[in-house]
Amino acid sequence: MATITTTKKPPRAPETPETPAWVLWVNDHRKWLFAAPAMVFVAALLVFPLAWTGYLSLTDAEGSVRADSDFVGLRNYVDVLTDVERFWPAVGRTATFTVAALVFEVVLGMAIALLLWRPFKGERWVRVAILMPLVATPVAVGMMWRLIFDPNIGMANQVLGWFGIGPQPWLAGQHSALPTTIFIDVWQWTPMVALILLAGLTSLSEEPQEAARIDGASTWQRFRHVTLPLLMPTLTVAVLLRGIDALKTFDILYATKGRGGGSFHEVETLNVYAYGLSFDYNEYGVSSTVLIIFFLIIIGAMWALTARRKEARR
Amino acid sequence: MTLSACGSGDDGAASDTIRVTLANHVWTDNIKKALPEFEKQSGLKVEVTQLGEDQLSDQYNVKLNAGSADIDVMMYRPLQEGKLFARNGYLADLSELVKSPTWDFSDFQSGPMEATTYEGKPVGIPIITEQEVLYYRKDLLAKAGLDAPPKTLDELKDAAAKIKAAEPDVAGFVARTGKSTAVTQFSSFLYSFGGDFVDGGGKAAVNSDAAKQAYAYYGGLIKDAGPANVSTDMGWPEAMAIFTQGKAAFYTEANSLYKNATDPAKSKVSDQVGFAPFPAGPGGSKPYNIPSWALGVNASSENTANAWKFIEWATSKEETLAQQKSGVPGARTSVWASPEGTSTFPEDMVAAIEASNKTGVGHDRPQVVKVAEAREIVGQPIVDAITGKDAAAAADTANAAFQQFLDDEAK
Repeated sequence: MATITTTKKPPRAPETPETPAWVLWVNDHRKWLFAAPAMVFVAALLVFPLAWTGYLSLTDAEGSVRADSDFVGLRNYVDVLTDVERFWPAVGRTATFTVAALVFEVVLGMAIALLLWRPFKGERWVRVAILMPLVATPVAVGMMWRLIFDPNIGMANQVLGWFGIGPQPWLAGQHSALPTTIFIDVWQWTPMVALILLAGLTSLSEEPQEAARIDGASTWQRFRHVTLPLLMPTLTVAVLLRGIDALKTFDILYATKGRGGGSFHEVETLNVYAYGLSFDYNEYGVSSTVLIIFFLIIIGAMWALTARRKEARR
Repeated sequence: MTLSACGSGDDGAASDTIRVTLANHVWTDNIKKALPEFEKQSGLKVEVTQLGEDQLSDQYNVKLNAGSADIDVMMYRPLQEGKLFARNGYLADLSELVKSPTWDFSDFQSGPMEATTYEGKPVGIPIITEQEVLYYRKDLLAKAGLDAPPKTLDELKDAAAKIKAAEPDVAGFVARTGKSTAVTQFSSFLYSFGGDFVDGGGKAAVNSDAAKQAYAYYGGLIKDAGPANVSTDMGWPEAMAIFTQGKAAFYTEANSLYKNATDPAKSKVSDQVGFAPFPAGPGGSKPYNIPSWALGVNASSENTANAWKFIEWATSKEETLAQQKSGVPGARTSVWASPEGTSTFPEDMVAAIEASNKTGVGHDRPQVVKVAEAREIVGQPIVDAITGKDAAAAADTANAAFQQFLDDEAK
């Protein structure tokens, strides 16, 4: 019976008269069956919530999502996009936070990666020590820095006092709060950038470096014209990963400044704003609108970065 | 399309396990210690989930929104979330259950009960009441040559300035500074200046002359006599920390938190803390006198009868007395009337509470559905005043926004 046939269907198990029909069916459809759990997962945990948020953003849902709500079309979008009191400042803060944190993290991360590139004594210990902030929970990190930066009883001002510098408001200041949270983010996430870049550096081959050295290139020239271009794909990955994460930062901001990003919304980014809209104000419709817009912003940023990457490859 | 998937309730199989969600509070610590007794007595099992205030609110927002049945008894803040929860139908109607004979519903103070009643039906039982009082440091007052705590707000201002000038490291006064969290403690100042958040006709009133004076006074006191480099994010834990670290002479706060200041394990100045009635302003001494926490039954719970058994026990005369003896003021008239009920409070605290019971105001924040949003609006002038901006102008701006908010809510 077992003749070899050329068919597009996956090869069947040997058929015997006793094989029940469902086994055959399963066998014929196995590519769907194996993929099914993943597809259900994506549908249930990604597509449905997103669609639901999209739907809510077109309604005036508030108070309780089980309460009746009316379809209001794009009114929420118009309201949000014309809101210069909370929405646009939050967009500005999100951008400032992300760009500033990213610049510091990439520059410092690159410096650390270059330092750790060449083997040296005690290398393992230094690597472990540098990675410490990375493994700490962001909320715990936020609480820790909040204590250190307390303007009255915190350590930061005590240390400054030893050098004769007056106390600073840090997180408590209206204008110093956002830079302080950026500092905390840089403190925590620079190691991750360093780690990715270090992995990229270790995989580079020695030959181009040697050739450049023989041609008499200085250290800076070798970095600028050899290492950096070769490292570009890794750098893009690092920027992409860290950038998306920084855009979405919530834990550090919430742990240091609480709800609404402080009394003057000093550190209220889009994420913190959307959280406040749903959990403090129970404005589910508007909150969903902000989230959808935020989602589009993230997709846009990601697209811009990957487009650049493809261009660079060409 | 709704999110409510569970809770058919057809079989009505009441479980022997009561799921209780409670906030971090001395009350909760006490009730947890007493639980085995209840479990033995009733044969039921109690599962306690304990969360901080903000996390508790978030939890309710998610679970009650989804119609979840896995909370039976919930500890909630009647003045913060009561109206919202009741309007959304999250709180079960307790009208029939409170008729339970031996438990004595009529014993509950009418002020607190008002806040847990919605459309004429009781939906919660108040468990903790609180008033705003003046915490002060006896030693610092003596050092500054003051023999008694200030009786008026003017005296408080002078005394705070005097102490701050004499002791550069110590603030004359500290209180909450966060835009939203300060509102409740600011309310007593507002009432004592003769104002309120809303006037008799239901209109926004946070730019009345009295309100403007109150904002300027509260903000100015913290700015001038408060800690150096004052943060505008302080809630009670931060403000209390400054006071208990010995860094402030006066502190206005809810009395229900007094154990934090007098417990030697938590406070460096535990033996020097005194309490006084809220100082009088032009409108007299008018601290708030409110039920800060209550117990309710989740309307989606399938275990209502047992949930009520727990509430009945936790709010019984015996338990309320035990709570009050450990420093948590309750809402039962009979317990307040018995000498045993006030025996463990500091004497000056009892005097302060008695004074507040007479003149107190029954709310400490705007009485609206979306309290969180309203607090941010009426709290803005507080932080503006603390940071040295024009309090009167800020009050005008806030009033316009608050009126808009009230109009929206009335729709």
